[in-house]
Amino acid sequence: MSTETSSGTGPDRTKEMTIREAIRLALREELERDDDVFVMGEDVGAFGGVYEVTGDLVEQFGEERVRDTPISEAGFMGAAVGAAATGTRPVVEIMFSDFIGVCSEQIINQMAKNRYMFGGKTEMPVTVRTTEGGGSGAASQHSGTIHTWFAHFPGVMAVAPATPASAKGLLKSAIRSDDPVIVFENKQIYEQKGEVPLDDDFTIPIGTASVEREGEDVTVVATQRMVGESLELAEELAGQTSVEVIDLRSLYPMDTDTLVESVKKTGRLVIADESPLSYGTHAEVATRVMENAFYSLDAPIQRVGVADVHIPFSPALEEEVLPHGSDVEAAINRIV
Amino acid sequence: MVVLDIETEDGQREALRRMLTIRAFDTKAADLFSDGELPGFVHLYVGEEAVGVGACSALESDDYITSTHRGHGHCIAKGLDPDLMMAELFGKANGYCNGKGGSMHIADVDAGMLGANGIVGAGPPLATGAALTSHLKGEDTVALAFFGDGAVAQGQVHEAINLAATWDLPAVFLVENNQYGEATPVEKQHNVQNLSETAEAYNIPGFTVDGMDITAVYEAVKEARKRAADGEGPTFIEAETYRYHGHFEGDQQPYRTEEDVAIWKDRDAIESFKRRLVDAGTITGAEFDEMKAEIDQQIEDAVGKAKDAAYPDPSEAYEDMFNAAVPEISDFSSGMRADGGEDR
Repeated sequence: MSTETSSGTGPDRTKEMTIREAIRLALREELERDDDVFVMGEDVGAFGGVYEVTGDLVEQFGEERVRDTPISEAGFMGAAVGAAATGTRPVVEIMFSDFIGVCSEQIINQMAKNRYMFGGKTEMPVTVRTTEGGGSGAASQHSGTIHTWFAHFPGVMAVAPATPASAKGLLKSAIRSDDPVIVFENKQIYEQKGEVPLDDDFTIPIGTASVEREGEDVTVVATQRMVGESLELAEELAGQTSVEVIDLRSLYPMDTDTLVESVKKTGRLVIADESPLSYGTHAEVATRVMENAFYSLDAPIQRVGVADVHIPFSPALEEEVLPHGSDVEAAINRIV
Repeated sequence: MVVLDIETEDGQREALRRMLTIRAFDTKAADLFSDGELPGFVHLYVGEEAVGVGACSALESDDYITSTHRGHGHCIAKGLDPDLMMAELFGKANGYCNGKGGSMHIADVDAGMLGANGIVGAGPPLATGAALTSHLKGEDTVALAFFGDGAVAQGQVHEAINLAATWDLPAVFLVENNQYGEATPVEKQHNVQNLSETAEAYNIPGFTVDGMDITAVYEAVKEARKRAADGEGPTFIEAETYRYHGHFEGDQQPYRTEEDVAIWKDRDAIESFKRRLVDAGTITGAEFDEMKAEIDQQIEDAVGKAKDAAYPDPSEAYEDMFNAAVPEISDFSSGMRADGGEDR
């Protein structure tokens, strides 16, 4: 990533900001760029979003284009599908990804299927932003990491940023895409800071992973919060174990080549993602590596995630189930 | 395309033609299904023709409609081509959806037909969305959702109406109350006398009209369309009608008697509209017979063309998922799976 600061000039100019600010910047730029883009969701207007992501956008773009909705996920998710089919580009905020259960019909049977069922004769430029992740003491209905459902379900693209730059770049690609994309934002890292390109046309192609740190001994493929914690761990382990950290970024489509190339080099793989372990994102990464780099593997693939339990309320219990860098370290120690 | 304007004599003849086309199309579809020639399920619109044609005659050509699993009638009423519909029923490459949708998913977005829909109650939110597009872009178009009495029990229908009403969107919600939600009579599914009473909850106008009378449907939708286009928000219309066939072809219909059906057939919408046009001198009996024979032949021809048409190439199964190519699908379809990964 570029390390230039905001005092730089030209298209490579960057500025340090939080993930929250990077998402807001992406929304602002795309609302400015294309009149067909509008934002819709619960309390995204004057309130600024429950995690303050949309912030002051309503002041610049007005209540029509930064549209508060009733608490009516099925209704406004369906309206987004109908609006996208007829010439606009909705960016829907589902406040907590757990609430997608309330509107999954419109995502699964309409948004994901219409283009295919209609023989390709409609576009579906819907972007859905939603929050994931435990760590807030919010209990099981406000803490889930559900991205595997939609990474699995055909017809939807799924991305999950881990850094401010990818938060901006992935969201802009999602909004500009003529396909439905769900952006899964881990709520624990909204305050995480990093350099973000200020170029209005800075995007990160959906379907690309990023090698965030090069290493020789083991590959850690991580998502969201686990990317930052894995990078910290890699720094701590430097000198004893050389850890390569890859930010998966795009859950579907997935950048198999980058993962495979890395494992061919290191021979070892740890997958760190906050979703439940069974039938999950971990399994998909592992399978792709097995299919393409089986003979390069020197040790069993390790998964770091949440056991198949919901996120509990009590801090003592929540801390027990959530994966951390220490779990990645334990996984590395098992195979290196 | 001939303009469907029921206030002119040409338009009335066109409305009659579309009603007859729907009936001929779906009667033929029933025969084809019972002969085992059509794959999948078919849900037929026979008996309900006045609702679809009456409503579409009150719409402008660039207005949008959403439809249901019983969607053939809406397609024909909106002006879609029976040849391409029949090809779709047969799963042929030249069908409206290139054979990927079938009876329950015929769509022509460019013609304003946002799709038949296999999920009961899923159409109204889409119509609210199309109306939102119109509102945001300052267009004159209106979106009308056709849905059945069964869908009125679905939560997302109420959410869609609430959104459109709260935001004053140019939408029209038209319930085709054909008296049965699948195999259960309407009175066993709802606690209101008239489904149009639903409108009161959203502070929008609600009307119940005779869905066997094309003029009654037309007038109600005309007024609703005007309200919508004038920025006064949606209207909820219930059209009381009846499906002559079962919920799906093959339905043994234990929930009703032949006498029940006969009561409604006595009020047949095509027959009564024809009688009115003959009485008014708009069409003669001979001209009607000629029109009907011509349509029957058109549908026969559509079947012949559909049977002769090519199936899609199997590789087409891997097309149309996304606008962008994704390696997960393209690698599979290009044989990578059969060959294994690069290391195999």
